[in-house]
Amino acid sequence: MTFVWAFVVGGLLCALAQLLLDTSNLTPAHVLVLFVVAGALAGGTGWYHALVKVAGAGASVPLPGFGYTLVKGIGEAVQEKGAWGLFTGGLEAAGGGIKAAVLFGLAAALVFRPRA
Amino acid sequence: MQAQGADEALRARYRYWVEAMRPKKPLARNLAWAFGVGGAISEVGQWVQWFFQRQGMSPDQAGTPTAIVLVGLGALATGLGWYDRLTKVAGMGASLPITGFANAMVAPAMEFRSEGLVLGVGAKLFTVAGPVLGWGMAAAFVVGLARLVLGVRI
Repeated sequence: MTFVWAFVVGGLLCALAQLLLDTSNLTPAHVLVLFVVAGALAGGTGWYHALVKVAGAGASVPLPGFGYTLVKGIGEAVQEKGAWGLFTGGLEAAGGGIKAAVLFGLAAALVFRPRA
Repeated sequence: MQAQGADEALRARYRYWVEAMRPKKPLARNLAWAFGVGGAISEVGQWVQWFFQRQGMSPDQAGTPTAIVLVGLGALATGLGWYDRLTKVAGMGASLPITGFANAMVAPAMEFRSEGLVLGVGAKLFTVAGPVLGWGMAAAFVVGLARLVLGVRI
């Protein structure tokens, strides 16, 4: 069932972002930032965790999942080392994706030439 | 009479340009594309995650390798020039998934290669990722602090 919900939830989140983009004056970057922040807030309430349980990658692959991962990582770090976890947590949870994007980004810029 | 004819021609040209500049795709089609492509990318992510879970990882543990694989695919598709074409059609369906995050880092880095490795590639890598990471971290910090103060657990 997760495979069905992954498509539906992932698609709906993207459609919602598209709706916001098309019906407002926001730029794509503004919409992306808004969705990350929304994911962090929804992560704090526990709603996003419930969504990830049902929809798997449908919730974790779109950008709100990134905000959720940050919050989850902070929560785990705080449990482990107290208030300092507010500073250390989050990035280690999301670090795989971020570092991959940085490294692959550098590599792609060296290997590929942009086509006009 | 001749001036009026020129006027009319000018107006026709103006109408032509207005028509040409007007966004052609209706909202419904944009939403359908965003839904389809966003759903499809999430579905690929679910398969990748399933693969890692088959190797004995929990869904939680599988999250990081899944993100890395998807970022790699997004970066590769960007390098080959495919992802930007996809974004034009699918809009947020291509931009919102983590592959789009990779695209938002890789595409400007490639484009500004000519401005050097430090101020071109190094700086432009974070044109879109900077705002996303910065505000994401800020929001997560506030949420984490609120939960700590209120004593809410995960």
